[in-house]
Amino acid sequence: MNRKLYSFNGGIHPEGHKDVSSTTAIRSMPLLARYVVPLRQHIGTPARILVRAGDTVLRGQPIAAAEGYVSTAVHAPTSGRVIAVEARPVPHPSGLYDLCVVIESDGLDQAAEFLPMDWKALDPSALRNRLRDAGLAGLGGAVFPSYIKLNPGAARSLDTLILNGAECEPWITCDDRLMRERAGEILQGVAVMRHMLGARQVLIGIEDNKPEALAALRAAVVDGEVEIVAVPTVYPGGAGKQLTYTLTGRENPAGARSTDIGVQVFNVGTAHALYRAVILGEPLLSRIVTVTGHVARPGNFEVRLGTPVRDLIDAAGGALAGASGEVVGGPMMGFDLEDRSAPITKAVNCILVKDRAHFPERPPALPCIRCGACARACPARLQPFELYWFSRAKDFGKAQAYDLFDCIECGCCSFVCPSHIPLVDFFRFAKSEIWEREQHKSGADQARARHEFKEFRLEREKQEKSEKLAAKVAENRAKDAPADLQAQAKHAILQAAMERAMKTREGIAPRNTEHLPPAVEQEIAAIEARRHAAEATDH
Amino acid sequence: MFSAILVMAGIGLVLGGVLGWASIKYRVADDPLVEKIDAILPQTQCGQCGFPGCKPYAEAIAKGDADINLCPPGGEEGTKRLAELLGVEAKPLGGGLEPKPKSVAVIDDHTCIGCTLCIQACPVDAIVGAAKQLHVIVASQCTGCELCLPPCPVDCIHMEVVKEDVANWKWRYPIHTMRRVA
Repeated sequence: MNRKLYSFNGGIHPEGHKDVSSTTAIRSMPLLARYVVPLRQHIGTPARILVRAGDTVLRGQPIAAAEGYVSTAVHAPTSGRVIAVEARPVPHPSGLYDLCVVIESDGLDQAAEFLPMDWKALDPSALRNRLRDAGLAGLGGAVFPSYIKLNPGAARSLDTLILNGAECEPWITCDDRLMRERAGEILQGVAVMRHMLGARQVLIGIEDNKPEALAALRAAVVDGEVEIVAVPTVYPGGAGKQLTYTLTGRENPAGARSTDIGVQVFNVGTAHALYRAVILGEPLLSRIVTVTGHVARPGNFEVRLGTPVRDLIDAAGGALAGASGEVVGGPMMGFDLEDRSAPITKAVNCILVKDRAHFPERPPALPCIRCGACARACPARLQPFELYWFSRAKDFGKAQAYDLFDCIECGCCSFVCPSHIPLVDFFRFAKSEIWEREQHKSGADQARARHEFKEFRLEREKQEKSEKLAAKVAENRAKDAPADLQAQAKHAILQAAMERAMKTREGIAPRNTEHLPPAVEQEIAAIEARRHAAEATDH
Repeated sequence: MFSAILVMAGIGLVLGGVLGWASIKYRVADDPLVEKIDAILPQTQCGQCGFPGCKPYAEAIAKGDADINLCPPGGEEGTKRLAELLGVEAKPLGGGLEPKPKSVAVIDDHTCIGCTLCIQACPVDAIVGAAKQLHVIVASQCTGCELCLPPCPVDCIHMEVVKEDVANWKWRYPIHTMRRVA
């Protein structure tokens, strides 16, 4: 039990506000009349729609299938009729609309047939495909399709499986309640994960501000194969890289994945969802969501995916007077919700209703005084003040050189900044600008390659054409050649015949100077003699 | 005196030989500047600069025959980067050219007669189709060059501006209220 723990650089100790929502048991929600299910609930390609307006669906029926590799399925949260497939508000920092399936509940909540998976016997890749079709994605907030992470790879170099129950973000308690109430189910999910990954050791890291969750999991562990570790409470101790370092002392090299250092990290909520998918055969239809802050009855709810935020806040007794908006996620990394009709998705772990007392307006920023407080607080050991200068000046190359992409956007720097500079906002801006540039670059490279290929193709076609033409001419000549010979032979025969005919004609042609009487011959001879004489005198 | 001249001439010959050998051995086949300029250009292949494609424009810039501010798809950003590369002053787009928002061409499938003229015009082979068959533009490969618009005999191609959605949305430059320090 006395595992050596490592402590990462910096971190902060914001006020937890955990007991606002952690003292009551997970509540279920009444069945709603309408659910709005977005097709983009995970990282990667949005799911491909399978239903049309007018279709009837059952609870757990797939309404969209995984499209491509980094993708996962989406299911109907209840039975009813699809009334629309259209763009609706979604929980996203942009406040933009995205494609959603709107399902009108029929009130029966009829389930499709759920087939449990024989995970010990099933072929690993078949099992992973079943999990993809069950819509499993990481419920810690990154919503990366779980089936990909459950692939140990050819090298099987994975030795440590870490379950993240740290829940370091203030106000949020959904993992805490889940661990307290469903420790056994989480451990069954962990057993499946361990089987799939072949991990040598399994660690569950929980911050020591959750003694009940620690006790519940420790009580539920039967075989001692899983180690429950209490980690110190420091934000962001629950970030994947930081928790890995705390538990194992291993650090992710820049740009590397955790699997490169033999570690895979899952959220405890994902383990629970995996238990449901594998043992019960039920796809990912709901998740635990914390509703806290300025509401009448804060707490945790088992929420069907697609439940509008408005209905969830109503289930928590509604927002109190003086509420000043909602945050999706926690106060450190969450974002403001634009529209309360946006639904709960796989990524949403908390709806925090703000009030002025707890969330005062951020004071105007003062110039950076280079005090270095942000660098001391940075858990990724970056120099946020430098990154801030470069991002602000849009000098993105320099920002990248200072490892902007190792920033986990935890918000520690903004939290400690005595000048109240919104550092993380600048880093997010710089990151998305760089991503766009890279996209443009790869688009331009593709366009260049395609253009060059087109030119090459045109040139090739031209050459092929001329070659064909030349070949045809040569072929014709070859065909003509024997005919020529024949003609020559014919010509020769003709010539010979003509010559022969000429000769015979010469032979038979009578001459009017032959067979003449001697008198006439004499006369001719006299005339000739006279002519010769005349010619002679002429000369 | 004589030996000194001999030594100097010898050194000269040896060094000259080395230089001559190096210039053949390490010859740079292509003008690397053209490649560098071409890498900055957006590869729209639209010809708005007056050259038949991005590479010819890059060659013209490298030779000094063309100005750096003739590429509307590259925009101000592109001009800036070219200026940086070439060590000249950046300037606004010239020649009455205006940057346009990124768009893709779309074929109206009710009007298309399948004449293949647009397919021949497309510089990046982003149009799929055959004679007397409906043509379709592969949006992800379309550079928005508009070269397919003029050859279409039935005017069935139009440009659509790429809308912002959840996938291509970017974080904005933070509105950064600074307090005045007196």
